Amino acid sequence: MKAIKKTLLCTGIAAAMTVSAAQAAGISDDKVKIGVLADMGGVYADICGEGCVTAVQMAVEDFGGTVLGKPIEIVSADDQNKPDVGSSIVRKWIDNEQVDTVTGLVASSVTGAVAKVLTDSKKIALISTSASHAFTTKACSPYNVQWTYNVVALANGTVKPMVGAGKWRWFFITADYAFGHALESVATEVVNSNGGEVLGAVRAPLGTTDFSSYVLQAQSSGADVIALANAGTDFTNSLKTAAEFGLTQTADVAGLLVFTSNAQALDPEIAGGMKLTTGFYWDMDEQTREWSKRFKERHGAIPAMGQAGAYSMTMHYLKAVEAAGTDDSDTVIRKMKEMKPDDFFARNATLRNDGRMVHDMYQVRIKRADERANPDDIFAIENVISGEEAFGPMLAECDFK
Amino acid sequence: MKMTNTKIALLVGLGLLAPLVIYPVFLMKVLCFALFACAFNLLLGFTGLLSFGHAAFLGTGGYVTGYLMINTGLTPELGILCGTLAAGVVGAVYGKLAVKREGIYFAMVTLALAQLLFFVYLQAPFTGGEDGLQGVPRGFLFGLIDLTDNTYLYYVVYAIFLFGFWLVYRTVHSPFGQILKAIRENEPRAISLGYNVSQYKWVAFVISAALAGLAGSTKTLVFQLASLNDVHWHLSGEVVLMTLLGGMGTIAGPLVGAGVVVTIQNYLSGGELGNYVSIIMGVIFIICVLLFRNGIVGELQRLIKRNFS
Repeated sequence: MKAIKKTLLCTGIAAAMTVSAAQAAGISDDKVKIGVLADMGGVYADICGEGCVTAVQMAVEDFGGTVLGKPIEIVSADDQNKPDVGSSIVRKWIDNEQVDTVTGLVASSVTGAVAKVLTDSKKIALISTSASHAFTTKACSPYNVQWTYNVVALANGTVKPMVGAGKWRWFFITADYAFGHALESVATEVVNSNGGEVLGAVRAPLGTTDFSSYVLQAQSSGADVIALANAGTDFTNSLKTAAEFGLTQTADVAGLLVFTSNAQALDPEIAGGMKLTTGFYWDMDEQTREWSKRFKERHGAIPAMGQAGAYSMTMHYLKAVEAAGTDDSDTVIRKMKEMKPDDFFARNATLRNDGRMVHDMYQVRIKRADERANPDDIFAIENVISGEEAFGPMLAECDFK
Repeated sequence: MKMTNTKIALLVGLGLLAPLVIYPVFLMKVLCFALFACAFNLLLGFTGLLSFGHAAFLGTGGYVTGYLMINTGLTPELGILCGTLAAGVVGAVYGKLAVKREGIYFAMVTLALAQLLFFVYLQAPFTGGEDGLQGVPRGFLFGLIDLTDNTYLYYVVYAIFLFGFWLVYRTVHSPFGQILKAIRENEPRAISLGYNVSQYKWVAFVISAALAGLAGSTKTLVFQLASLNDVHWHLSGEVVLMTLLGGMGTIAGPLVGAGVVVTIQNYLSGGELGNYVSIIMGVIFIICVLLFRNGIVGELQRLIKRNFS
């Protein structure tokens, strides 16, 4: 036992020495390691999952596989949408596997826990798919970077123009957990501040399959707009039920968070014509089509906005590492905020000091069956909203310089 | 199997040296779940009561500790103490109701009560709902020792575990423990001997609940997080698996069972088989029930008995 202890001590000292030597040279541990944490098999697997891993791999390959002469490595893991699983994986990555930054990050509950762990260890969280705006407001940190969208942008993008078009009276069907509550409260604010009125809201538990009673309540409220403050299968189920009850004929149904895969899964007869807000659409122009085609060849499906975001933010991170000449988080994050992100995803973009990447958002309409040229032809872009308008101002207490 | 002093010293020493070889956070997770399983085993293995709602106590301990440490700046030892007490109080109330019934009805009552509490924690604003309580500070033990260091924290967790383990050991080997075993073996006879059986069951339930709370509080400190998973019925099922796999009614069984289950979960979740963790667990459970009903430790003890005595 004594001998083992001695060897361990020696390796420990040796390891400590290599770390300090490498830091002086710029890149710690002679590599840049990116962790991809996402739900790989659960309800959110389609919107990030393996696709996010593919996107990050593409970013690393497109970057050339090395930065400052050192290799870039990727590790990935399944957080099972559980905050405790996610945070213990990330803790292990940082303590034992020299991970420099973590991306992916889907369920807001997992992201919240993981971002805290990362901030404690001074590592950067590259949040690609989480919706909550807490990471750049009440839970903001100098090491948080949120790229694709957030609930504020969704509410501003979808709710504001509808209220403006004379749809005054709103009713919410809300997923009964933190994300749904946040979305509902942000959207309610937007409705009220634009002169509209919220008639009521009904809370449905996550994973509800029978939405009929909720839809009937919504119907009897007499609202102009029924807003679905939910996501994933909750969204598709509630919309299907609304269509069965004829609600889509008498009122407008607004999906507040809709991913391309959700829209693709729905019957165009039901979903066609619905307006929503997204941070990315694959068929927007030449640049997005070129990247999305490459992505589809590897992944087998068109990219969701979070997957495109994961590519874009990984690329920006690597560029910042190269420009900074080090992978030291404090230096890199400053560089990331100095440099303007600009690629097929990030249009008219800046990374604000609070970690919010502000970029163009798109108001789209789900195409009807007769408009669709192929199964991937889902959205028609109706309007581009500037980042400032969508994401709103930065909080003074989150202005990390 | 009588534990000699040398054996005990050897095992305790092994635990002291473990963090030099194995990742301490993983070890702490094993210890927390081992303590949880030990608490559960006191009820299932030694009193013969199958509680299907033990996660409620683990979660209560975790939430109370987490909430107090975030909002009042309590030191960790006080936070853990409050969490344990809270779980004990919940256990006292639930136990009072549950011990009125036996067998499957007892299990159902505990499950129902635990689901009730799950819903409260889901909706109550102080738990943070789906997000859980995040960023619980580890703080300074007695205001002195900085627990953000994993190695220091490991030894604290280890001490807590040893305390819990010792408590279960003492309980089982006391006259009180003998009566619990008597109740397990033949309840009507225990009644006919004049013991107030439901009182004994209740006390065992409260001890078990408080220890589960202790495990939950410690877990919150380790992961700096209290989440809904800690109160979910899945976890109540997992602790049954840990106890059965390790060896129900043996002192070391829950420790071994928790070690095996946590290790499998940890190593599988990172690899190719990540999606199959629950299936693999299920198969293990079936094999365990069909082929070695005494659990790992139980079977080992039988083998030793057969070959050496």
